[in-house]
Amino acid sequence: MVAAMNWLAQVIAVTSFGIRTLPERRGAAAAAAFGIAGVVAVMVSVLSIAHGVNQTMDKSVSSRNAMVLRSGSDTEMTSGFSNDTAKIVAEAPGIARNEFGPLASPELFVVIDLIKSSSNSDANVPLRGIAQAAYEVRENFQIVEGRKFEWGRNEVIVGSAASREFSGLDVGKSILVGSEPWNIVGVFSTGGGVAEGEIWTDASVLQPAFRRGNFYQSVIVRLNSEDSFTEFKDSLTADPRVNVKVIRESEYYAGQTAILTAVITGLGSLIAVIMGLGAVFGALNTMYATVSARTREIATLRALGFKTSPVLISILMESLLLALIGGTLGGALAYFAFDGFEAATLNWSSFSQIAFSFRVSGSLLIQGIAFAALIGILGGLFPAIRAARLPVATALREL
Amino acid sequence: MADANGNLVEVTGVDKVFHRGSEDIHVLGGLCLKIPEGEFLALMGPSGSGKSTLLNLLAGLDRPTEGSVTISGERIDQLSERRLAGWRARHVGLVFQFYNLMPTLNAARNVELPLLLTHLSRTERKKHVEVALSVVGLNHRHGHYPRQLSGGEQQRVGIARAIVTDPTLLLCDEPTGDLDRKSSDEILDLLQALNQDQGKTIIMVTHDNDAAKRASRIVHMNKGKLTTDAAA
Ligand SMILES: Nc1ncnc2c1ncn2[C@@H]1O[C@H](COP(=O)(O)OP(=O)(O)OP(=O)(O)O)[C@@H](O)[C@H]1O
Ligand SMILES: [Mg+2]
Repeated sequence: MVAAMNWLAQVIAVTSFGIRTLPERRGAAAAAAFGIAGVVAVMVSVLSIAHGVNQTMDKSVSSRNAMVLRSGSDTEMTSGFSNDTAKIVAEAPGIARNEFGPLASPELFVVIDLIKSSSNSDANVPLRGIAQAAYEVRENFQIVEGRKFEWGRNEVIVGSAASREFSGLDVGKSILVGSEPWNIVGVFSTGGGVAEGEIWTDASVLQPAFRRGNFYQSVIVRLNSEDSFTEFKDSLTADPRVNVKVIRESEYYAGQTAILTAVITGLGSLIAVIMGLGAVFGALNTMYATVSARTREIATLRALGFKTSPVLISILMESLLLALIGGTLGGALAYFAFDGFEAATLNWSSFSQIAFSFRVSGSLLIQGIAFAALIGILGGLFPAIRAARLPVATALREL
Repeated sequence: MADANGNLVEVTGVDKVFHRGSEDIHVLGGLCLKIPEGEFLALMGPSGSGKSTLLNLLAGLDRPTEGSVTISGERIDQLSERRLAGWRARHVGLVFQFYNLMPTLNAARNVELPLLLTHLSRTERKKHVEVALSVVGLNHRHGHYPRQLSGGEQQRVGIARAIVTDPTLLLCDEPTGDLDRKSSDEILDLLQALNQDQGKTIIMVTHDNDAAKRASRIVHMNKGKLTTDAAA
């Protein structure tokens, strides 16, 4: 106990000398800290993209919703079936109902070209034809500006994210669908999610405009409860009249972005590792310089009888401190520069745009700071070992 | 504790060889030296004769290539690196030519350093520091930092740091080598007083004849061997 206290006192004493002399080495210390800050800022920013996309996808879904596609299709783009199939789907067991009937919305999904306001470049924007039930199926649907489109007319409402991301999507303006201008009459929100990056209209008006006949690409249904999914799925799979695939909406969107987020996360991690290696060398350099600047002090302490471990720990602590300062700085930079920053990216499954926000979450910041700490420990380890192994008599005579 | 013959330090047949690349540098050869308890020994000799090397062996900062170093009946040449550190903390007070004070600590904190290696409480440490600083006559400067002190004053802080743990041996490597005559004399007065009034055993390396005259015995070294051994 006393021995441990004594050892701790040594650690604290030696560490505090090091930290007190930091101002004398502020140039190198700042360089190392800023290097690490840069790594963490880039890493956190890139990963916040994946985080933001995932969050958009999470908000897109209700666990009570299911999606019906043509058997063998993975996306709405490649799916398609007749109105008869849509009707059979709507009658399947497990679907919730209101006074107008089952909450099943047969939908059409096409993409149109619009100009992205940030880059002035062309982008594919999803245009979704919906049925009455769609408003009930999306539980958080809300008009935030203007009004809903009228059934049977060439009118559209645009998602709030789409209206920000793409130019010319203001209420009162119009967009070209096929060869005709359609009026924008409202802006809607779904409480976040992919739908806010879409434009919605009446499916039965959209069908002829795209010469689709009486044909849909998906049916989105609201189930009685989460548990009704199996009943609903089994009955449709067993039904010989239809040839469809039934999946939960959550799985659908997770699948849509799995590749995208994996690529972003992989890329982010790769960049972080490469830059991190650079920062480790930066920290190594700084800490080796620190050890040689402190040689006299370390040798004196050792001569007085201080043990090697407090010396080792003090160098590690100093490196760790620089890394944590850098990591916090980098995290803060990423947070203030990018948190909530809105952007749109290509949804690789539908080749249309998903609007999302960068999300610099607490857990991501912790990851960034933990990574900084790792850099600090790696960068401090060898210099610390060198300091601890310093042959005292030789070190003293070199001064 | 001295042995039966009153010797605190016994160096027997000590060789020290340094290796620099493929070259062997024989610094000490078959060196024997006995130092009785309570002696003030001055070690003189030309530059490169091995004085600091010998002092380092006595301080447990280095180990001989051959031979034995016994201090207070303990063979310190056989202690591990780790045990030597603990041994140094308990048994030796070191005084350096360039003081080697921590620039970020004030005088009292510098003196307190070796006490961090003991089991003394904070208040006990404070008391010891006060005593040591008053012995060197610097109690009124306890809050001053090394850069605010003259060379002589810094060396007095260095001596206070060396004696604060009441070590068996006080080892000084050219303690006045960087000081003017007046400051040197003050430091030598202090060392002499420590030897005469408190019975401290002191071994001092010096190039200065006046300094050596303060000692109770002068030992001359040349090329790693003792040449003359004269009582002062
Ligand atoms: N760690 C070491 N490695 C290699 N050679 C060393 C080492 N320590 C001392 N020497 C050599 O040993 C010899 C004696 O050195 P030492 O420091 O003991 O001399 P000294 O008598 O104290 O000299 P000075 O009066 O200049 O301080 C020198 O030639 C020195 O170069
Ligand atoms: Mg010397």
